[in-house]
Amino acid sequence: MLMISPRMASGMQEKQYTPSLLSFFVYNPSFGSREGEEEKKILFYHPSEVEKNEKIRNVGLCEAIVQFTRTFCPTKPAKSLHTQKNRQFFFEAEDSFWIVMVVRNPMVEKPNKDGRPPTIEYQEEEILDTVYGAVLRECYSMYKLFNGTFGRAMEAGGVELLMQKLDKFFYRYLQTLHLQSCDLLDVFGGIAFFPLDKMTYLKIQSFVNRVEESLSLIKYTAFLYNDQLIWSGLEQDDMRILYKYLTTSLFPRHSEPELAGRDSPLRPEVAGNLLHYGRFLTGPANLKDPEAKFRFPRIFVNTEDSYEELHLIVYKAMSAAVCFMISASVELTREFCEQLDGLVGPQLTLLASDICEQYNVNRRISGPDKEPQFKFIYFNHMNLAEKSTIHMRKTASVSLTSVHPDLMKILGDINCDFARVDEDEEIIVKAMTDYWVVGKKSDQRELYVILNQKNANLIEVNEEVKRLCATQFNNIFFLD
Amino acid sequence: MSEEHYLELCENPVQFENASSVNNVFFDEANKQVFAVRSGGATGVVVKGPDDKNSVAFRMDDKGEVKCIKFSIGNKILAVQRTPKSVDFISFIPDYPHLECSQECKMKNASILGFCWTNWNEIVFVTDQGIEFYQVLPDKRSLKLLKSQSVNVNWYMYCPETAVILLSTTAQGNVLQPFAFKSGTMSKMPKFEIELPVVPKPAKPNLTERDIAVHVVPREGSYKKTNVLKLNTTGKFALNVVDNLVVVHHQSSQTSIIFDIKLREPDCALNVHQPVLPGRSIHPYRIPLTGLAAVPTQPPVPCELCILYETFSPACLTCAVCSPFASGYLWYLQVKLPPTVNLLQDKGKLMDFLLRRRDCKMVILSVCAQMLNGGDKGGLPVVATVFDKLNQVYKEYLEAEQTYTVATESGPSRGSAARERPVRTQAVIDQSDMYTHVLSSFSEKKDTSHKFIIAVLMEYIRSLNQVQITVQHYLYELVIKMLVQHNLFYMLHQFLQYHVLSDSKPLACLLLSLESTYPPAHQLSLDMLKRLSTANDEIVEVLLSRQQVLGALRFIRSVGGHGNISARKFLDAARQTADQMLFYTIFRFFEQRNMRLRGNPSFIPGEHCEEHVVYFKQVFGEQALMKQVTV
Repeated sequence: MLMISPRMASGMQEKQYTPSLLSFFVYNPSFGSREGEEEKKILFYHPSEVEKNEKIRNVGLCEAIVQFTRTFCPTKPAKSLHTQKNRQFFFEAEDSFWIVMVVRNPMVEKPNKDGRPPTIEYQEEEILDTVYGAVLRECYSMYKLFNGTFGRAMEAGGVELLMQKLDKFFYRYLQTLHLQSCDLLDVFGGIAFFPLDKMTYLKIQSFVNRVEESLSLIKYTAFLYNDQLIWSGLEQDDMRILYKYLTTSLFPRHSEPELAGRDSPLRPEVAGNLLHYGRFLTGPANLKDPEAKFRFPRIFVNTEDSYEELHLIVYKAMSAAVCFMISASVELTREFCEQLDGLVGPQLTLLASDICEQYNVNRRISGPDKEPQFKFIYFNHMNLAEKSTIHMRKTASVSLTSVHPDLMKILGDINCDFARVDEDEEIIVKAMTDYWVVGKKSDQRELYVILNQKNANLIEVNEEVKRLCATQFNNIFFLD
Repeated sequence: MSEEHYLELCENPVQFENASSVNNVFFDEANKQVFAVRSGGATGVVVKGPDDKNSVAFRMDDKGEVKCIKFSIGNKILAVQRTPKSVDFISFIPDYPHLECSQECKMKNASILGFCWTNWNEIVFVTDQGIEFYQVLPDKRSLKLLKSQSVNVNWYMYCPETAVILLSTTAQGNVLQPFAFKSGTMSKMPKFEIELPVVPKPAKPNLTERDIAVHVVPREGSYKKTNVLKLNTTGKFALNVVDNLVVVHHQSSQTSIIFDIKLREPDCALNVHQPVLPGRSIHPYRIPLTGLAAVPTQPPVPCELCILYETFSPACLTCAVCSPFASGYLWYLQVKLPPTVNLLQDKGKLMDFLLRRRDCKMVILSVCAQMLNGGDKGGLPVVATVFDKLNQVYKEYLEAEQTYTVATESGPSRGSAARERPVRTQAVIDQSDMYTHVLSSFSEKKDTSHKFIIAVLMEYIRSLNQVQITVQHYLYELVIKMLVQHNLFYMLHQFLQYHVLSDSKPLACLLLSLESTYPPAHQLSLDMLKRLSTANDEIVEVLLSRQQVLGALRFIRSVGGHGNISARKFLDAARQTADQMLFYTIFRFFEQRNMRLRGNPSFIPGEHCEEHVVYFKQVFGEQALMKQVTV
């Protein structure tokens, strides 16, 4: 992607290229160990147009690097390979199944006088291993969420089935990868929790319990409001990836019809249902439609132990969205969907307006304009809670940050430092552009603050961060 | 099925001699006394009340046939009516002679319909021409007319609890005129008319309403403006009021139905009451044969119910009088709650009904237990409704208690009379009742899914929170126990994250103990201790136990408590880490503290740090010790 650099030389325009995906492939070295059968190792290769021998060469190179580095540390083979033009990330997703992602380094194209071809400068140090390593792992998690593990696919239908699945999934998924806007938040892969008072939370609990009781097919339920999580019956890791899917893919796709006018063709048929605002985000768009299909996406959870395949029903009323998960062995019928709609719709509508009211009350109390002048990212490894005042909105297409990418890079660097040691630390960095960047790590929590205070000294910055902790995080134990 | 009888007669009825040619039996409604007058009193008058205190026996001269006989309140003065014009009085005041006097009604040509005592010495004569209110002056052997009112009277009703007389006036008798009496005064209340056969009734004390009903029920139901009891049947009826329930006995079908006029039907302006429960007869009573005639092997004689129904005294409010045998019996009618449980399917209504009854606690708790354990569970919505109803009553009691405490603490405030401590009725079911009798055993049920158990516990916690009752720790403990047992740590984590389980030291300690199975519990616990803000010592202990010596020190310094902490504790912990630089840092910190506190870096003997000083010298050398600054 092209981005005009802020550093524009007069007269001569520099062109800045952000990191982009060069190739992405999945292979298993044990599938073509004999000479001449190397192609069998490759299960998926993007871009597919690449000539066969080049695919084999690239895969072979990765295999060799991993194999070679294994001799130094058998348990931790190489995770990435830095070259001038690109960076390769290796991930052994399952036993002997490797996924490799090759990212082209960001670069600056400087035009030359006299019609000579422009000079290209690769900024090979600009991208972070942790960020793209996390992106790669997330690719696999997302695949696994909708397809189950590679191993299970092999058991069910051999290499053919696995290749089919990989092809079907990644063909579309890779198009939605936006490598230029990946940052620290991708490393965390956190979940934003909706702040809520105890009573409203208990009402939601009660709602979930009642629905699960009367529709006993439902195995798990997750409750979100405003794209933020309130309750998850799924385990943490499964919820993390489901949350990612919901907030970056499913919800954004459905928000546009909602914003559209009443008579817009984009708006789904409400079918004269005046009793409630509930509707299915997955499955049938309109229950009244006699042609409606009652097919829901399937997801795979608890793949480590019980390995469950579930229907994913996402149902939404106003800003409240509920995911109901039902064993895939059950066939979902029109009757069930109508029953669910009739039961959940009115209750959820009521609950959504309750939450909204409560939320507005709280906002009025705390003062709407008291948005902190601090820009910070908070993450707790224990519950994956994440909070950022840096990111405006994270959607499928683009993540808008309010700070310069250079600062985001510093945050990433501090995070790498934290990852190296186990102990609580604090790092304060003075950035080039009058900014102070502070990273704090206390037990399992990390806090990154960006302060824009000219002429502030270290002591003042330290005081400022203390103040932030006292106001924003007074109810948690944060060592200073 | 005997279990269906929700009405029964009390076990120890008052027994009295049956009415006969020589024996007259009278019942005084106000004092619930039965008078057996033999031979006009010459051979004895036996008075029996529901308990022995009210029982008296005496003789009086036979001055003609006794028409009515009643004691004043407290058995002070006996009034006996023998003629249609006059009433005789005999003083029964202790240490006073049995003075007698007589009083004729003032109005000419009037005849006395009856009389009622409104006080120990105040009496009302009701004649066919009006009412006369007297004060009895026993020492002067005379009566003083306090007030009178002339009005045509067909019949009258007296309600002793409220001291209200209701007169039926006009030719049709459908205009009712109430009078209220209170220590020497008589006040006329607005009269009202009863439309026939439909009988409306303005808002009035409930007790009198019931009185009316006694007289107007022999029609198609009785109608009132505030409360209408739908009898759905015709015939002769008798009424009782038991435990705030109106019991209507229907003679021909020999069944009794009960109405709870506080149980409101929704969306109904006029309160039309359907019977709470399907009609049932009173539990058959067996009269034990006593005395010499009693043969041990002979079973008690069952009392025929038809006899019971036929002999109901229409004037009897809480008792049933019956004389099927040689002797008469006076029973109290009682409501048995357990059979009602199965007759009232709607659990919400059942709770409303039970919560207003006297001995309801154990019945309510058993309903709760049954609702949770039973096969026909109505599900969580029903559970929620029941919890909400119980907690509403619980909350009202707590609030009354609170206002009482505040009122008594602030001393007798001006004007306001001394408040009475709120009475804790059986309907107040608190958390410990619920825990002991219902929840703890329920949570151990093996055949119930843990999902349902947790949902029920959360529902109870929600219900308590809804009425702002502080949840007791043992309930949280139960929830946590369930979650831990089923490895639902992430659920627990989320509950804590939203502070559903309120912060407390015991809860924090419980979490700490879970750390080995669920590591994040450590963080949750520390956060909780931090929020409590009274648990700084505990936080230090936790950090030291994890060898986070510097962290502990920095924490205690940040809260300003480092002046008086035990140096030894920190030095011990630092020594254990085997990190010499850490030990050095900690040691130096305390030297500096000592310097600041006492102007001397060395430790005082009371701190027991000698071994650490020795160790410090050994590792870092004597010269490394901080020197005292000499001025």
